[in-house]
Amino acid sequence: MMSLIIGLGVVLVLVILYFIFRISNLVNIAKGEKEGRADSANSINAALFVVFMVVSLGVFFWYSWAYIGDYSLPVASVHGKWTDSLFWITMAITVAAFSIISVIMFVFIYQYRYKEGRKAKFYPDNHYLELAWTIIPAIVLAVLIFTGLRAWNDITSPASKEAEVIELVAQQFAWTARYPGVKDSQLGTVNFKLIDNTGNEFGLDLTDKNSFDDFKSLELHIPKDKEVLLKIRAKDVLHSVFLPHFRVKMDAVPGMPTQFKFKATLTTQEMRDKLNNQNFNYELACTEICGRGHFSMKMAVIVEDEASYERWKASQETWLKQNPEYLNKVPVSLKEAAMIKSGMEKDPGSAVAEVETIRGVN
Amino acid sequence: MATTDIHIHHETEHHDDHDHEHHEGNFWTTYIFSQDHKVIAKQFLITGIFWALLGGTLSVIFRLQLGFPDMNLDWLKPVLGEWITPEGKLDPEFYLALVTMHGTIMVFFVLTAGLSGTFSNFLIPLQIGARDMASGFMNMLSYWFFFLSSVIMFISLFLETGPAGGGWTIYPPLSALPQAIKGSGTGMTLWLVAMALFIVSTLLGGINYITTIINMRTKGMSFTRMPLTIWAFFFTAIIGLLSFPVLFAAALLLIFDRSFGTSFYLSDIFIGGEALPHTGGSPILFQHLFWFLGHPEVYIVLLPALGITSEIIATNSRKPIFGYKAMIGSMLFIAILSFIVWAHHMFVTGMNPFLGSIFMLLTLIIAVPSAVKIFNYVTTLWKGNLIFTPAMLFSIGLVSFFLTGGITGIFLGNSAVDIQLHDTYFVVAHFHLVMGSASFFGMLAGVYHWFPKMFGRMMDNRLGYIHFWVTFVGVYLVFFPMHYIGIAGFPRRYYSWTNFETFSGFADLNTMVSVAAILTLAAQFIFLFNFFYSIFRGKAASANPWNSNTLEWTTPRNPGHGNWVGEIPSVYRWPYDYSKPGAKDDFIPQTVPYSETPESNLPHENELIRLESSGGDGSIIVEGNKH
Repeated sequence: MMSLIIGLGVVLVLVILYFIFRISNLVNIAKGEKEGRADSANSINAALFVVFMVVSLGVFFWYSWAYIGDYSLPVASVHGKWTDSLFWITMAITVAAFSIISVIMFVFIYQYRYKEGRKAKFYPDNHYLELAWTIIPAIVLAVLIFTGLRAWNDITSPASKEAEVIELVAQQFAWTARYPGVKDSQLGTVNFKLIDNTGNEFGLDLTDKNSFDDFKSLELHIPKDKEVLLKIRAKDVLHSVFLPHFRVKMDAVPGMPTQFKFKATLTTQEMRDKLNNQNFNYELACTEICGRGHFSMKMAVIVEDEASYERWKASQETWLKQNPEYLNKVPVSLKEAAMIKSGMEKDPGSAVAEVETIRGVN
Repeated sequence: MATTDIHIHHETEHHDDHDHEHHEGNFWTTYIFSQDHKVIAKQFLITGIFWALLGGTLSVIFRLQLGFPDMNLDWLKPVLGEWITPEGKLDPEFYLALVTMHGTIMVFFVLTAGLSGTFSNFLIPLQIGARDMASGFMNMLSYWFFFLSSVIMFISLFLETGPAGGGWTIYPPLSALPQAIKGSGTGMTLWLVAMALFIVSTLLGGINYITTIINMRTKGMSFTRMPLTIWAFFFTAIIGLLSFPVLFAAALLLIFDRSFGTSFYLSDIFIGGEALPHTGGSPILFQHLFWFLGHPEVYIVLLPALGITSEIIATNSRKPIFGYKAMIGSMLFIAILSFIVWAHHMFVTGMNPFLGSIFMLLTLIIAVPSAVKIFNYVTTLWKGNLIFTPAMLFSIGLVSFFLTGGITGIFLGNSAVDIQLHDTYFVVAHFHLVMGSASFFGMLAGVYHWFPKMFGRMMDNRLGYIHFWVTFVGVYLVFFPMHYIGIAGFPRRYYSWTNFETFSGFADLNTMVSVAAILTLAAQFIFLFNFFYSIFRGKAASANPWNSNTLEWTTPRNPGHGNWVGEIPSVYRWPYDYSKPGAKDDFIPQTVPYSETPESNLPHENELIRLESSGGDGSIIVEGNKH
């Protein structure tokens, strides 16, 4: 019933609008519309452009200034500071160019609106002008290109050997991290054919001894002030790692591992204090359309200083210890090593090693 | 530069005969299976308008979700049925399908077919002085392939599993695996079939446009006397001819991967509880192939709009377009560069970073010819005598969007800055302004400007003004705020942002964007009313209502098949002799010989007079250096 009334109302309004249109048409014909080149609305349109320019530029500058804290994300990585400054340099240049060109254009539109009897200037070309506005943008762009290239090359250069390697695995619709473990700091090899539904979600190859101490985490823990190398892969479709506060983005591609290196500069707590918001958390989002749950594909990110990061790592149970049934996938010759490395059995050599260390110090 | 054109006169006579054959067609051959380029153009236009409405409506539905996340959408149930969940919410998968179909429809069916199909078909023969396209039959086929493609794409909207939902870029593996998203089932199959037919249509059209422009120009219509519209259509057709086949190949390989077990794009996939046998493929390969079309596609969409705008701005400024040759040069440069910048869509896909730096360099270079075009438009306005017809308003709107949207390309083309902005709303704002809205305004400008020639009647100006202002302000209100949302990092293609603290703000801005989008769509109904009302009841148009120079305005009010009664007029000058000093009127049509305008001729034009008299069979026209 309600929708019927609404429908009738809409029809009524449309009919009224139609009659207004018809009547005003008839009135115009009756008045004997003057057959000029431009109608009476010409100056109104010209003036509206100026009004539009003033209001829109005004709102643009006001909003950009007043809400800068809302739309500019705090930055917490070293390269993020470079790209942010590049962003703002580009912003300054483009906003200047944009404002100047807009003002000139809309002023011309108003100033040169049609006037009876005036003749436009026949001005087909001017090579000096053309050259000027080819060369000036070219120079400005060249500067931007070269500063951009420098940053890009630094960001994409190979990570240092000491970088903390963390693997991020994307799948519909969750992220999982794999850490190389505290014993060998090497990620074990993986193979997608070994992935199963009973526990081996990474496709860990248990014939590789590096895999024994790898551990899984559903939170991404990152040390502060230490280079982190994210090794990124996807199990099913394309995903993309996006760490907004660290200015990190890299696609996760099935069949083609990708990577991104960066260095965080503020721990979670430091960022909380800085923003005066004790509920703040870093987040990882997916930015490549991946299906139904794309919008909810999130991972919590925790940045801590190196000491507490190492403590956290040491406190994590290895994947093999959590999934002991996979021990029988380990070759017999490596079983002992696997038991020890995964922490399922106390390392008999550790006492020896301790003694050796003490000796070494001496 | 001197150009030599040789025309053999009896060729035009042959076309006269051709013309007579077609006048006796029945309803079917005149209006449905017509080979008349003007009718085909109108068919493209009407189909394009249908798609534009549909594409716009889809965007309003997903804007409801984004702007009013708490709204109960049960009232959409009669239309969307099961896609509205029992809680009265939009199904997240259908949301993705809406986004995908909105993109596909707008980019291909509206701004490629609706824009190029309409205006290349309508204007090429009329503005170069030809009776029809080189092959009327191929031209007809071009429309009917497009129609078939449209029908299939339309049907895909009503599938139970929904239309394609992997984004308009249909990146595999998502688009290849029905187990990854429902839309990658039958919906994707129909999408691929529809696009294959669409490409056939585009190629048939493109070959025709190029052939017609090269071979069928009237006497005196040298390349340097062609209106910029024709130049734009010419470049567009060439770009399309070179790039669409690549999409065809990409689509074909995707069909193989989907249906025949090949591994062009698929590798190392574990999905739905099992590892797939595919190995050795690369999803990145698809992205390269896709963007090899995808980027030129931007210019396929934009160049015709820029050409139309050049013509309209010159006419309504009563001034020659500033830098005619620079305009051609920049379009040529853009056309060439458009083929070697594609990978700037892929800076963070894992592509070799060195490739990233090369593509960044090339991408930022393309800003230079674009800047030249803007400066030339502004200089054309300078000291003009501007008449703000609705077409002129929309053209100015286009220049404004081209500036606002183009300038953000400088951010995105810079690979280091793109890391943060990639796949955020900043990108959405950028391409909707520079490509979507600018081209859409070019299309509307073209409709308002050439409506009198299409239907012999005038559209209502006042409704045109209202339409323009609501749409112009509306488009800015929709897309400008998206820059802020994008700088704040909001990813695109998100059904909702509430899962993330980082993206929890800007609910107010998103609501405003949605309201503006609804208003903008509503304003298009003013246009629709004006359009259809004016076809039947509009004021009768005069032969040359805008006092324009180009050839189409020398045809009768309702040109029949063949366009000109009697001989095709000859051309003696370029199309932009507006407000020439000394001339008695402020325009001199291209058909007026220099010998009739001694009072306004420039010195070198006087020298051309003696060449004009040597008309007749097989005459040779040599055009000297004019500009």
